[in-house]
Formats: sequence, C-alpha cells, structure tokens
Amino acid sequence: MSQHTLSGAEHALSGAVRPRRFGGWYVAEHRFRVMRSYLQTVAVTGIGNPFLYLFTMGVGLGSLVSQNLGPDAVNGVSYLQFVAPALLCSAAVTVTAEEFTYPVLLGFKWNPTFYAMNAAPIAPGQIIDGIVYSVIVRLFATCGIYYVFMVFFGAVPSGWGVVSILVAMLTGLAFGTMVMTYVATIEQDTGQVAMLMRFVLLPMTLFSGTFFPLGSMPWFLQWIGWISPLWHGTELSRVFAYGASEPAWLIVVHVLYLGALFVVGWLWSRRIAARRLNK
Amino acid sequence: MATVPAPVITATNLVKKYKDFAAVDGISFEVAPGESFGLLGPNGAGKSTTMRMVGAVSTRTSGDLSVLDLDPNQFGPEIRSQLGVVPQSDNLDAELRVRDNLIVYGRYFGLPIGRVKARADELLAFAQLEDKAKSKVDDLSGGMKRRLTIARALINDPRILLLDEPTTGLDPQARHILWDRLFRLKEQGTTLVLTTHYMDEAEQLCDRLVVVDKGTIMAEGSPAALIREYSSREVLEVRFGSEKNAEVAGRLEGIGERVEVLPDRILVYSDNGEAELVRITERGLHPITSLVRRSSLEDVFLRLTGRSLIE
Ligand SMILES: Nc1ncnc2c1ncn2[C@@H]1O[C@H](COP(=O)(O)OP(=O)(O)OP(=O)(O)O)[C@@H](O)[C@H]1O
Ligand SMILES: [Mg+2]
Repeated sequence: MSQHTLSGAEHALSGAVRPRRFGGWYVAEHRFRVMRSYLQTVAVTGIGNPFLYLFTMGVGLGSLVSQNLGPDAVNGVSYLQFVAPALLCSAAVTVTAEEFTYPVLLGFKWNPTFYAMNAAPIAPGQIIDGIVYSVIVRLFATCGIYYVFMVFFGAVPSGWGVVSILVAMLTGLAFGTMVMTYVATIEQDTGQVAMLMRFVLLPMTLFSGTFFPLGSMPWFLQWIGWISPLWHGTELSRVFAYGASEPAWLIVVHVLYLGALFVVGWLWSRRIAARRLNK
Repeated sequence: MATVPAPVITATNLVKKYKDFAAVDGISFEVAPGESFGLLGPNGAGKSTTMRMVGAVSTRTSGDLSVLDLDPNQFGPEIRSQLGVVPQSDNLDAELRVRDNLIVYGRYFGLPIGRVKARADELLAFAQLEDKAKSKVDDLSGGMKRRLTIARALINDPRILLLDEPTTGLDPQARHILWDRLFRLKEQGTTLVLTTHYMDEAEQLCDRLVVVDKGTIMAEGSPAALIREYSSREVLEVRFGSEKNAEVAGRLEGIGERVEVLPDRILVYSDNGEAELVRITERGLHPITSLVRRSSLEDVFLRLTGRSLIE
C-alpha cells in the first residue's frame, strides 16, 4: 500500500469527526425540513391559539369573573393575568405532546427513518438529541409568540414575565421527554398515543391549576397536580408573570422537578433508542 | 508483482444470537476491495442479520469482525461514514420530497450543504429520477423508490455498498435498470456486498458468493465455480404430471449424473440434456413437457440443502 493515499481506516476516522460532533444538529435539520411541510399548521396554531385562548378565557371568561368577584378576584390579580401564564405552559405542553409522540412512533415504526439515520454515522442517542433540539426551537417560537400576545392583551403585569417563556419551555420538555420515553418503547401500535392524549394530557390540563387554583379542587384530586409537570410549570410561571406568592422551597421543588423530568426523559429515551435500533 | 490487497471486510466465526436462537451461526468470509460479493440464501438464512453486523448497527454476539480494519463495536460511526446501505425494505422519509431525502441524508455524513445539493442532482440523474426531484416519495413506483434508496446510499461516495435484496419485488425491467446501475458502480471500483435469493442476480452481479442456510455457509466460490463443482453443465427438466413424477422417478435409474425429484417436476443433471431426453423416451416414458437449460445457482442450492431456494 502506498504511503501517500489514505487507508480506508484513516478515511473512516476522519469521516466520522463531524457526525460524532454535530450528528444531533443534522437530525434537527432534518426535523426542520419535515416541519416545513406542516409549517402552515405550525403557524396557524402558533398565532391563532394565543389569540383565541387569551380572548375567550382571559377576556371573555375573565370579565364574567370580575363582574362577580371583583377585578382582583383570583390570587390578587385579574382572571386574565391569572390564567395567561398557565395557558402559555399549556401551549408548550401541546406542542411537545405532538412533537415527541407521532414523529417518534413514525421514526421507529411506521416510516422507520431512524434506522436510516443510524445506518449513516448517526448514533441512536443523537437521533433523540436532534428531536429535542428541534422541539426546543419550535417551543421557543411558539412560546415567544404567545408571550407577545400576552403582553398585547395586558396579561403580564411584571417585567419578569419574560422568564415565563423559559418556564413554559421547560414544562413542555419535562412532560414531552417523559412521553417520548414511553412512545419509544411502543412496538405494537394499538393507538396508545391517542389514549395518552385523551387520558393523560386532557385530565392533566384540567387538573393542573390552569383555570382555577389547585387548592379549590377536592383534596383527593390534588395529587394529579402534584405529579403534573404542568402544575409545577404553571405555578412557577405565575411567580414570574405577576409575582404570585410561593414559598421559596416550593419554587425550588418546581424547578428541580421539571428539570429532573426533562433530563431523565431525555437520557432514558437515548437508552431506549440505542437498545431498539441495535437489533 | 502487486501484493494482494488487504480485505475491506473480514468476518471470523461471526455469531448473532437472539435469545437462544442463532440467526447467524459462525460464518467466516473476506471481501477484497473492489470485489462484488454476494450472500445467497433462502428466507431466514441470516443474510440481513449479517448485513446489519457488517453495517455496524447490530452488535455481534461472538466472533470477530473488522470493516476497513476497524472493529464495529468501537468504531461504528467511523465505519458507517464509509458505507452506503440499501436496506431490505425502503426507509425513505415519506414526509420529504425526493430531492430533500438525498439532501438530509448527505448532511448525516457531515458534508457541506452546497456539496450535498450538487451531489443530489448528480445522483438523481444517475437514478433517472431528475423529473421526480420534487415528487413526494409515496408517489414513486416501487422500482423508483429502490433507485432512490440506492442513490441515497451513494450520497457519501461510499467505499463499500451494502445492498440487502436490492431488486426483490421489482419487475424484470426495473431489475435490469438497477443491475445496470450497480454494474457501473462496480466498474468505478466500489466494493459491493449484496444479498439475494435470485440466482440470476447473483450470477449477474457477484464475482464471488457464499451460499448461506440456517446461519451457516454451505459453499463459497464464483458462480461459475460453484455450478461446476455442485452441478452439471445442463439440466433437463421433465414433467409427467404431479401424481406420476414420483412413480416415474423409480424408472430413471442410470439416467444423467444425478436426478432430483421435485413435487412438480424431475430434474436430470447431465452435460448433455438432449441426449438424456432421448434415453428417457427410449424407455417408453413420455413427459408432458421437457426443457433443457443451463445449470444455475438454484441447482447448486438444491444440491447443497436438498431444498429449493424459493419455496
Ligand atoms: N430482531 C430479531 N429478533 C429475533 N429474531 C430475529 C430478529 N431478526 C432476525 N431474526 C431471526 O433471525 C433469522 C434470520 O433473519 P434474517 O432477517 O437475517 O434472514 P434473511 O436471510 O435476511 O431472510 P430474508 O430472505 O427473509 O430476508 C430469522 O429466523 C429471523 O426470524
Ligand atoms: Mg433479509
């Protein structure tokens, strides 16, 4: 063999440098191209939802509440101000409930593109990373737009409210990566994702202190809030949006709980992907 | 004199077990650079499992494997950066258009976007899919999808192309187009490793092949050498009707080098098929149909396993 031409092994060693480093971003890039095909839906929900929800819940329902209970009826702020940060978190959860379920089920099973990525130099964990990155970007856009609407509706009295964008994103990711962990294990698709939406997402939205404080629910339903990332996220975002009073220890619990779910869900999904793709 | 080039793939006693079941049960082979190497075998022989291990996506249970002098257990992404993989069933992204499928795939190798786009256009031409560049994947025919999958596998100019049943399910014309494309790659020096259960495909494309059955290698050699070793030059196929085949077989003593009785026909192996047919009719036996053909790898397989390759 001549010394001047590189051997196959040398080509291989240099050929994997970029994929090893940036593989997750390449997967994210792929996801963005796919999202472009449903960009219209993304845009319509991203702009339409905040308008609709803030208007009907905050302004419509809110005027009813203040007529009956006064302008600072809930938690010492108007109903709109009370509900807006919760709606923001809920919007984040809606995005992740979509992005961490169907694309994952598709990639492992119905249109197994994950196997194609893995046959290229992409490692299974990087596929999961790429999905997470792409969802973070979509979440940032969705929550950012939502926040602009909130300001426009006069729903955020505090300048600190901007932080609730990050809180909402973390809430979505905490819920979403855990869901992804489960979805990644689905081998026989018997409609589990639709079930998840109906029996987990919907009750979670209803019983997470979104529309009324958790404390006004019967005690035997309050545990739903305690395990629900949406409740923790909502409480935390209210702290920033209007300075809701919350004991310091509980703020720490919110952050740790959400952070832990996010990290555990992410890492666990990576492991499942590695096991599943290595047949 | 040129030295023998080092093999690009070396498998030694390669084993893959699923629980207690050995899908690949100790197979050994080498593939030289630029060679076109085939794994021929029936359903469940372990061909795809072997391909996945060579493709560095499936961890072997035991044995040794090196691809481009690297161990897939440690250097998966490195090895895969030099491979092109055509899986048994297409896994193109149905949510993307044809050209975008090539582009996203090229990015996985860390190639700059400009180069990927240029390469995608070259490959669309190579696969005769230029006018489909903007189509949805689901609107392509089976043969077009297969061509697109092959084009995708070439986006990184691979040194080794792994093709798992590249033409299964295609009509004869589509198969010939694909074969033509693979020939060209071979001429350019790409190493091809392919699995198939079509013997004509193996004969057309493979310099050398192994016949695999139940996870083990039954024979190895060039198609011609295998036919020479395990079969005769010609085969006479006679049919007496399904009930009578077995009965007639008893009266064919001494005819041909070897006789195989299948449910629907009798195969007589000989260097001169016509002469055997004359001898059969001289015994007062009159087949409904008769046919003399060249021996193929199918006959090799039948001889080696006592079973037909395609059930
Ligand atoms: N992930 C798996 N889990 C359990 N068994 C498996 C798995 N993959 C393959 N097998 C088994 O291993 C054996 C070999 O399978 P493989 O797919 O390698 O065969 P093949 O030669 O490619 O067959 P075909 O021509 O049908 O594609 C089969 O019996 C199959 O059922
Ligand atoms: Mg197979």
